[in-house]
Amino acid sequence: MSVLIWLVPMALGLGLAGLFAFLWSLRNNQYDDLEGAALRILDDDDLTEPRPLAGPRAEI
Amino acid sequence: MSEMRDFSIFTRPRAEGGGQMEVAIEGINCGGCIGRIENAVRHLPGVSDARLNFTNRRLTIAWRDPRFEPASALDALERMGYRAYPFQVRNVEEEESRHAKFLLRCLAVAGFAAMNIMLLSVSVWSGNVTDITPETRDLFHWLSALIALPAAAYAGRPFFQSAGRALAARHTNMDVPISIGIILALGLSLAETINHAEHAYFDSAVMLIFFLLCGRYLDQAMRQKTRAVAGNLAALKAETAHRILDSGELVQVPAAALKAGQRILVRAGERVAADGIVVNGRSSLDQSLITGETLPHKVETGATVYAGSINLDGTLTLRVTGAAESNLIDEIDRLLDKAVKARSRYVRLADRAAGLYAPVVHTAAALTFAGWMLAGAGFHTSILIAISVLIITCPCALALAIPAVQVVAAGKLFRAGIFLNAGDAIERLAEADTIVFDKTGTLTLPEPRVVNAQTIEPELIVAAARLALASRHPLAAALARHADMNVPFDNAVEEPGRGVRASVDGRPMWLGSAGFCDVLANPAFAEAERLGASTICFRWGERQAVFIVHQSLRPGAADSIAALSTLGFKIHILSGDRPAAVAQIAAALSIPHWQGGMTPADKVAALESLKAQGRRVLMVGDGINDAPSLAAAHVSMSPISAADLSQAQADAVFLGERLDPVVDTVAVARKARRLMHQNLGLAVIYNAVAVPLAVAGFVTPLIAAAAMSGSSLLVTLNALRARSSSKTAATAAAPTAQSVVRAA
Repeated sequence: MSVLIWLVPMALGLGLAGLFAFLWSLRNNQYDDLEGAALRILDDDDLTEPRPLAGPRAEI
Repeated sequence: MSEMRDFSIFTRPRAEGGGQMEVAIEGINCGGCIGRIENAVRHLPGVSDARLNFTNRRLTIAWRDPRFEPASALDALERMGYRAYPFQVRNVEEEESRHAKFLLRCLAVAGFAAMNIMLLSVSVWSGNVTDITPETRDLFHWLSALIALPAAAYAGRPFFQSAGRALAARHTNMDVPISIGIILALGLSLAETINHAEHAYFDSAVMLIFFLLCGRYLDQAMRQKTRAVAGNLAALKAETAHRILDSGELVQVPAAALKAGQRILVRAGERVAADGIVVNGRSSLDQSLITGETLPHKVETGATVYAGSINLDGTLTLRVTGAAESNLIDEIDRLLDKAVKARSRYVRLADRAAGLYAPVVHTAAALTFAGWMLAGAGFHTSILIAISVLIITCPCALALAIPAVQVVAAGKLFRAGIFLNAGDAIERLAEADTIVFDKTGTLTLPEPRVVNAQTIEPELIVAAARLALASRHPLAAALARHADMNVPFDNAVEEPGRGVRASVDGRPMWLGSAGFCDVLANPAFAEAERLGASTICFRWGERQAVFIVHQSLRPGAADSIAALSTLGFKIHILSGDRPAAVAQIAAALSIPHWQGGMTPADKVAALESLKAQGRRVLMVGDGINDAPSLAAAHVSMSPISAADLSQAQADAVFLGERLDPVVDTVAVARKARRLMHQNLGLAVIYNAVAVPLAVAGFVTPLIAAAAMSGSSLLVTLNALRARSSSKTAATAAAPTAQSVVRAA
């Protein structure tokens, strides 16, 4: 059963890492705007290509 | 707009210089809006950042340049077709969001602990029936203790704190047995671990905390969502005033920034933003939101006017008065205080259940201990079995039974455009057996409508409505709204206090008073006289028309009242308006019990007498004169167009023009209460099976864990049935800003 000596700490460590990641994201207000985050990922304004203003972009 | 605007009360200074402001935005409906809005505002000179929160439709604008004019951002948004309203973050809302985050942190810790302890516990359970060595079991129990004790101390705080407060106030609530259960389970498990025993209940204790926190968090999240929408609605409705500076200049300021002694200008068609005394001008006011009276009220220099009245014709200059200077508001405040003090503390269903549950379970545990001692089982075994009784009756199902239903029902109401202000509103709504309606603004629409359109040629209506667009008079506005016209005649001229005229197709056109339009005789005048309504005349060449403008019933009001009667409600009308006007509405809706000409004190007295007859009254009202009765009633509702003071007293606020939300609300509330009772029944049945097993000493941690999860799941699934639509639920109105603006 000596395998437990490293298996148990590893399991707990992984769990703790998840917990701290969650608390960190909570502290950084990442849960304040859940709907917005889902839509922002579709935004491609960071692309440098010039885009015609009245282009064929579909209105959702 | 040339007038200056002053938003300084909404801006907050930033540590790095400059300032920031939050605005609620109306008209956001797709993801593309995020980028458009943020880019437009970011590109304004002086703005350093703009961030839109899509969930609550609020934009935070930050700037470094102290000369930045926040009004320019609102104009930029307006040009893009979004209406933006400066927003003051209310303390209640910040408090709610802090509490929600606290619960989420506790939930995360409890979830982590529950999963890891379960990992260790399952190993012990399977090991106990195979070949686990006592040393390994001890190690696993110690590890569990190491995780469970700090996790429970951290994540159990919401329950411990609430139980502590309840005990300090010398009453019990659901959190008292929960806290006792958790502490005893942890204490027993620790003692068993020290004694190298086979069983420990760490998993049960932490799982209990985790399940209960899930319920608490969902409840809190629902409340936070409601508060955010309510906050936006308040911002959309916020009044602005034209303040006259000492230099004679006009500045547009938010009503909240007005101080006593300042002078404001109120033009025709505008709403009075603050209580005040007329220092110049004469006019007639529509005070229906204040007193329920629908006839215009004439005012001149020296008269007191109240915030919320609508200025009908002249321009008034007011001196803003402080809180203690107006008799009516004083009277309302006094009645309100009295009503709030007299209100007996409502004991929630959950707390009543806890009051029954705690003594029964604790006595059962004590008897079990005594019984096993007498049977000669020894102290250790006896206490072990007694505590296992407490653990198995873990109030998990019982504590989830009511909040779960409440969250689901509140969510359903939220989607139908009904916002609950009070946590126990659903229970009290379900108990109501009598509904008292106010008339003006509640049974009738807050704005007057044209009521005789069917007798007038459509062509004349369209022409009159287009001409009406040139006038600010509320009667003209009602006419324009009726025909839904937005193309004005470009040569229209307004003659203040008389009407508007224009020339169309070579023929002159007039809209205004009978004298102005030269309309002398028309059957509509007699009809208007009979209704107590106002008239607006129109002449185009030789053709003429008289429009009757009257506060009409809300659409579908008769159906809603009929539906409420079939649900078994006794319906009353208590109104501040003239008895003749009330009689008409009562007849149209076939409501037998009505009274008119009531003062706010009369209304409260009428509610008291209904209460003395043992009735539980749901009061639905909107005016300032209704505020004390809203507070005095068993439970209360207001339309969104209600005065702020009244809305603050109401237990629920509904959107839209129709009265259906009242029917929906009571239907959902009654169904919710039925489910709450079912859930309590399920919890009792579960305990009836589990307690004898525990008393007999058969309960192992494995059985406890299975029983607890099973019963919680059952109760939660039953609560989800509150989502299914009942027969009376009408088509739900999505809580859009448009419907609010129309209603407000």
